[in-house]
Formats: sequence, structure tokens, C-alpha cells
Amino acid sequence: MNFGVIVFPGANCDRDAAYVLRDLLGQPTRMIWHEDSDLADVDVVVVPGGFSYGDYLRCGAIAQFSPAMRATVEHANQGKQVIGICNGFQVLTEMGLLPGALVRNRDLHFVCDRVSMSVERADLPWTQGYSKGQVITLPIAHGEGCYFAEADTIKSLEDSNQVLFRYCDASGKPSEAANPNGSLNNIAGICNRQGNVLGMMPHPERAADKALGSTDGLALFEGLLKSALVSV
Amino acid sequence: MRAKYGRIIPVLFFFTAVAQSANARLYNAKVYVTLRPSVLDPAGKAVRSGLSHMGYDNISKIRIGKYIEVDLTADSEDSAQQQLDKICDQLLANPVIENYRIEVLAAA
Repeated sequence: MNFGVIVFPGANCDRDAAYVLRDLLGQPTRMIWHEDSDLADVDVVVVPGGFSYGDYLRCGAIAQFSPAMRATVEHANQGKQVIGICNGFQVLTEMGLLPGALVRNRDLHFVCDRVSMSVERADLPWTQGYSKGQVITLPIAHGEGCYFAEADTIKSLEDSNQVLFRYCDASGKPSEAANPNGSLNNIAGICNRQGNVLGMMPHPERAADKALGSTDGLALFEGLLKSALVSV
Repeated sequence: MRAKYGRIIPVLFFFTAVAQSANARLYNAKVYVTLRPSVLDPAGKAVRSGLSHMGYDNISKIRIGKYIEVDLTADSEDSAQQQLDKICDQLLANPVIENYRIEVLAAA
């Protein structure tokens, strides 16, 4: 499976993602400079975390107009996979590939922590490495990770099972106390209706190498690879 | 306009060069971007609490937005207004969470 990791000025999780894909999983992985627009050889586009273009104006707002992201829209429209992590999620919502927006955390703090979340469905390539309802722990690190959308959008997300990850307590309950940023419905990650575009605030790539203390994030990438084997 | 939920509208990528006649003149615009009423503003809430600590108990609401100055050339005030509307929809404001208001003035 060919991966492409977009590199914006200000991205800082691009190499973490590439390390997991290339070094841990042995997949061909190419860094794609934001001014590059050729994604023809890429199966999965990774929009990494960081502070693209300094996060000026709004998080992710300026990155959406880069040639690499314009090519990413084409890529997604062809039904190919796109994952946006943290700032990457913000970019995907800014450009309308995913609904809603990520706004300032409820308590104003930049939250850097490891938090629990439940895997809401395990029938998509993104989550098939997990089981439905499984509680996993992933790192988060964001100041603007509070998921917001109008009530009808939230309802539609829920009705069509587009919430893939939800902040929860250790028992799997999506309580207010387990919600680190005030996200509506404790939303930590969503996909588009077709299921090929995923956005999530938590960092699976930072929990993939056991040297870092947790490998809960690795199953996400392994699940993807499994889907590639099936579809070939 | 931004893509609505469930669809992808590539309108964001209409990069139109703006043709201008010799009549083009400079306009100064003021753009006010505010959070939509349904969006919480924790920063505004924190400022309000600071004011309350300073003794201002009469303040019932603080909402923090952005003020952006844009100088642009255009053939007419209408044309300037139209371009700014587009710029706001595409970049300066995120319609999911923000409203905007534009004031256009011919430069003195």
C-alpha cells in the first residue's frame, strides 16, 4: 500500500506518521511537499498534525488552498482513502471534506494527555483492526479540538454511524468528565458518508511504537493494510 | 460556498483572476468576523470572568471575534463588496462557526 504524507510548513507529525508507515509497517511512503500536486501513485493520503501555515486565521484554514490539498480532494472524490490527524482533521473540516469544525477547547487549555476513547464501529478499513466498543488509549495534543457542528449535522452523523471514535471513561461510557475538550457528543473522530475520509484529533501514530509506551494506534494502520490485501 | 455536509463542492478552487478596467480604484474594507450565536466562546467567557474580578459585575456577555482590514482595488464599490463576500466565504470566515460583516469605503 502506497502512502503519501503531506508536508506543510509548520507540520510536525509528518515524520512520526512516516516512521510508523515506512519503518514499523514496511510500506512505501512518500513525503509530499505542500506545493506538489501529483498523488497518482498514492493509495492513502495522510494529512498530519502540526500547525500548518502557523495555524494563522484559523487552524487548517490556509492549508486547504495548497496544491497538495487540492489534489487530495480529487483523490478523495475518486473514493481513495484520506486520513487527517489533529491539524489534518482541522484541515479536512475547513475544506469541507468532513462536516463540522474544530473550535477552541472548552476549558481554553491546550490539552496534552493520553485519553480513552471507544471504537464505535469496526467494519471500516480504518477500524477493522479493533473490535466494536473496544476502549483504546491514544495521545491528544491540541488547543482547538472541540468538535462543533449544528444539531442537524450531528444527528445526521450519528444516524449514519459516521462517528468512529468517541471520548469515554475506562468502562466505555462517553461521560462529560471523560471529554477532554468539550466536543459535542464526545466526538474524537469521524468519517465521511462514503467512509473513505477519516478525521480524528487523537494521534494513532504517536501510539504505535512500543518504545513509546502504547501501541493502541498501530491497529488503525494495520487494519488499513488488511483492507488492501482483501481488495486486491 | 463551503462544501455542505455529505457533498464535495470544488467551488473553493475557482481561482479567478479579477479583470479590472482603468477605472479601478482603491477601497479600504473592514471585515468583522464573529462567532455564530450557537458556538460557545470560552475565550469570551474567560475575559468576562476577568472583568468580574476587576469589579465589573454589570457585564453580561463578551464575545470575541476578529477584525480584518483589507485594501483592494476594484471597478466599483459593488464589485469590491462582491469580491469581499467571496473572500469571506472562502477563507476569512468559516460559515460553519462564524458570521461576517463587511464595510467598504473608497480610499480617500
